[in-house]
Amino acid sequence: MRDAIADLVRDGDTVAIEGFTHLISFAAGHEIIRQGRRDLTLARLTPDLIYDQMIAAGVARKLIFSWLGNPGVGGLGAIRRRIETGEPAPLEVEEYSHFGMVGRYTAGAANLPFFPIRSYFETDMPAANPLIREIESPYGDGKVFAVPPLKPGVTIVHAQRADSAGNTQVWGLLGCQKEAAFAADRVIVVVEELVDEAVIRADPNRTIIPGLIVDAVVVEPFGAHPSYVQGAYDRDNRFYLDWDAITRDEESIQGWLRDWVHDLDGRAAYVEKLGMERVAALKPGSAPSGSVDYGDYR
Amino acid sequence: MTAETASPAAFSKSEMMIVAAARELAGQRVCFVGVGLPNIAVNLAQRTVAPDLELVYEAGVFGARPARLPLSIGDPTIVTGATAVVSMYELFSFYLQGGLVDVGFLGAAQIDRFGNINTTVIGPYDHPRTRLPGSGGACEIAINAREVFVIMRQSARSFVEKIDFRTSPGNLGGAEQSERIRREGGWLGRGPSVVVTDLGIWHFDDDGEMRLDSLHPGATLDDVRATIGWDPRIAAPLATTAEPSSEELRLIREELDPGGAYTA
Repeated sequence: MRDAIADLVRDGDTVAIEGFTHLISFAAGHEIIRQGRRDLTLARLTPDLIYDQMIAAGVARKLIFSWLGNPGVGGLGAIRRRIETGEPAPLEVEEYSHFGMVGRYTAGAANLPFFPIRSYFETDMPAANPLIREIESPYGDGKVFAVPPLKPGVTIVHAQRADSAGNTQVWGLLGCQKEAAFAADRVIVVVEELVDEAVIRADPNRTIIPGLIVDAVVVEPFGAHPSYVQGAYDRDNRFYLDWDAITRDEESIQGWLRDWVHDLDGRAAYVEKLGMERVAALKPGSAPSGSVDYGDYR
Repeated sequence: MTAETASPAAFSKSEMMIVAAARELAGQRVCFVGVGLPNIAVNLAQRTVAPDLELVYEAGVFGARPARLPLSIGDPTIVTGATAVVSMYELFSFYLQGGLVDVGFLGAAQIDRFGNINTTVIGPYDHPRTRLPGSGGACEIAINAREVFVIMRQSARSFVEKIDFRTSPGNLGGAEQSERIRREGGWLGRGPSVVVTDLGIWHFDDDGEMRLDSLHPGATLDDVRATIGWDPRIAAPLATTAEPSSEELRLIREELDPGGAYTA
């Protein structure tokens, strides 16, 4: 992880650590904090705890997003303070809806000049963000809104497994990781498990990102905690609930960053600090899929 | 559901609100579920009045059968046993914008008499007094779902004469304007049809304004007038919402929210 972040994430980059609730690479975010990156533009549909932590750590100057909160719990204190009071430094924001963000990555991945959606009509969102623009259909059947392509410098995706070439497989919620990866200049894939190429080839429908666009594969078990990995470990809702108090003031969030990020040298140390009991409690029961037969066509 | 009911002291205002919202979903087919209170109301409906309800989660699930109440709408329980897991692109493009969603179920920080919703900021956008979560999928749900249900607690800060930011369109400046703009713009959605609060159930009059049709047991019209920023329209006769049944309360307390996160 240290090498991947050192080589591929630069000061001033636009970085997208994607994953909708599922598969959020906290391990990569923490390494970016440890390496002291500055002036990043952070893009994510839901900034979640990871961007609250990164913004509290001072790595970012701008946030691109569509839903800002700790779902079912409350707010993201570090980000809110930056927006509401400009303390300790102002944070530039660029705001869309979820579909707008998905459309932005899609346009970025497909090399399109914009993505049209039926949203934003009669709202204050285009006034708040002038990059959301009303356009006329060239075929004369009405107006839609356009959002511009988003092409991150780096997209970071956590996944169940990949082979050493970076061919990456995911099951469970897919979010918009595929779109965000194809839109990016550089891609880092972080996986629970490195598998043989034959494992990937035995089930090609599950591959969402081909090694062709991947620059680094990092093996980091439990690297998505406190988010989750379908089938491997549950979302640590206790952590999300506890975050509400931690993020409430600057001192407590900086203390948390010291104890859980700066004072640790990587994810293995984080998992050890978390403790075996907590880790074991997040292991789900089993619900295997049936298998399918792809057929042999020699 | 049994016909047995509990006494008013035996249930909370939040439980009454969730039960009333769930009952409104009777007969509906496809529901797009928002984070928070909508989540528990819709899961209760699927276990009571609407067993055939297809739950759509913006995280990219169609036909969810959650075994526990997810704290987050991206919880792994919405995946296991679902009909389909789809990318968010597919979910918003084909399912929502394609016109397959009957009801979009939203929460709100502020709402006005015409059902326009703010979930973005309190105060001016550039210098907000309170920064709220923003749209998420709410803006496109309000435009593309066939109708919109809202569930929220009523207070003078939330039921306001003028919302600070329009995140999701409701009946705009009234039914006449809303119907014209929706027709001319080719929107699929008709707009909001019900607002369920901790005090009662509101539907929308022919002119697009909210009308209180039912008061929950224990709530009074004084409570309603004290928690609203305009002179509210009250139906005559005004109904009283049927109390939660013991089975509805059991489902909430034992299966859906045993920790009391939504109902305390």
